[in-house]
Amino acid sequence: MTGNGYTSAEMMAVAAARRLTNGTVCFVGIGLPSRAANLARATHAPECVLIYESGTIGAKPRHLPLSIGDGELAETADAVVSVPEIFGYWLQGGRIDVGFLSAAQIDRFGNLNSTVIGDYSAPKVRLPGGGGAPEIAASCRETLVMLEHTPRAFVERLDFVTTVGYGDGPGARERYGLTGRGVTAVITDLCVLEPDAATCELTLTALHPGVSADDVRGATGWPLRAAEQVDVGAAPSADELGALRALKTFDGRNGG
Amino acid sequence: MAEVVSLSEAVAELVHDGDTVALEGFTHLIPHAAGHELIRRGARDLTLVRLTPDVIYDQMIGMGCASRLIFSWGGNPGVGSLHRFRDAVEHGWPVPLAIEEHSHAGMAAAYVAGAANLPFGVLRGYTGTDLPAHTPSASWIDCPFTGERLAAVEALRPDVGIIHAQRADGAGNVQLWGISGVQKETVLASARSIATVEEIVPELTPMHGAVILPGWAVTAVAVAPGGAHPSYAHGYYDRDNDFYQRWDAISRDRDRFQAWMTRHVLETAGVEEYRASLVEAATA
Repeated sequence: MTGNGYTSAEMMAVAAARRLTNGTVCFVGIGLPSRAANLARATHAPECVLIYESGTIGAKPRHLPLSIGDGELAETADAVVSVPEIFGYWLQGGRIDVGFLSAAQIDRFGNLNSTVIGDYSAPKVRLPGGGGAPEIAASCRETLVMLEHTPRAFVERLDFVTTVGYGDGPGARERYGLTGRGVTAVITDLCVLEPDAATCELTLTALHPGVSADDVRGATGWPLRAAEQVDVGAAPSADELGALRALKTFDGRNGG
Repeated sequence: MAEVVSLSEAVAELVHDGDTVALEGFTHLIPHAAGHELIRRGARDLTLVRLTPDVIYDQMIGMGCASRLIFSWGGNPGVGSLHRFRDAVEHGWPVPLAIEEHSHAGMAAAYVAGAANLPFGVLRGYTGTDLPAHTPSASWIDCPFTGERLAAVEALRPDVGIIHAQRADGAGNVQLWGISGVQKETVLASARSIATVEEIVPELTPMHGAVILPGWAVTAVAVAPGGAHPSYAHGYYDRDNDFYQRWDAISRDRDRFQAWMTRHVLETAGVEEYRASLVEAATA
């Protein structure tokens, strides 16, 4: 708790959910993104179209799924398609507005690592791998990233580039032929970072209430720049908190 | 025409040590019973293929069945790491595991190419990532019409494709519905195939959104009711999410893992005894 009656994790979920406008077609990763996307659907964006990589299009789960393929996603979907179809026709075909991802590491250009910590051939920690993320970040019109703000996650140099944000800076996405705009916001438990229009470097644009720029810099592994104007985001409203806490996990526990 | 046989017969006849085997299922309809049968038979040196190796591949890897894994996401969905997979990659236990890694979109394109008898699949992907430097089966091709550079992935052509489905009829026609993943592509890309099913019915009534694999496109069909557990079979039983969460602690420790596998897989004769052993353990 921050002393204001909500946790930093709740603030992160609410700040991320606010980024999804009603009617947005959103390719959702499991975990933090799925929670925020379902919060958006429960509050200001009831028409938000959730797509999970299991091929469930327009899923309207009553509980937060544990996996991207829980039966409830299929039962409530507008359509269920195969994996080649979801990645080929729908994602690569350019039909998705927002990709919503998480990762183990992120760098200043919004590139993501979800593959290994340490050397690839002799890893300290073998992570699950890229899954859908590389092409989600390549082909969605924009990408939102959620992760906890720690120096271990916000690093100077990724151990492995699983997913490209802005590569090595301006022009990289065009050079690589990536059709989407790239990462437009990183929402953490402390703040929101957005890419600078000229340098593509992630900069501090909004602090969550009660957090200082120094707190954020202390949790970031590169010398973080701040935008000329840094906003302070609104604290979660009673409605937002109520809806978040009403989200239930698959087994009926409180998922908020 | 698919032969309707027992699961142990199907596995004994169609899967050999050293084969490339794909037991597919994208969260739904994962062929756990077939994987257990391979473990009981002491399969060795397999190249395992799957987009989302989860608990059944963790079990096969931990029991030393595999020397190589071709995959795109190896985790326990919503829970965390696959500890046996990590132990094999990080420490070579119980045997070293070579890996060949793609993205989901890349694996899907590689299966589609295999099913379509093409040498490779094409996609927009991989550019700017570190994957191609470590994955010889990912490369580049220039479009002959536009000159655009695209990713090429080598076709997947497993020796054996194994899936689980809701049901089949007596002629071995297989019907599955719900989240269908890449199961159709897996069967059609593979030289031989096994479909385990919840039940054999006299007639396959049409189901909304169903995938049908005609009996003449499948090598063997075996009845294995509950054979997807802890995954699920839409319309038959739900995903056992509690089990996936419990697996984290069971698999974290080598000794506990081996004791669990001995009791619930090696010392059970098939899916029925496996399920009974889980009930017995839960009520003990």
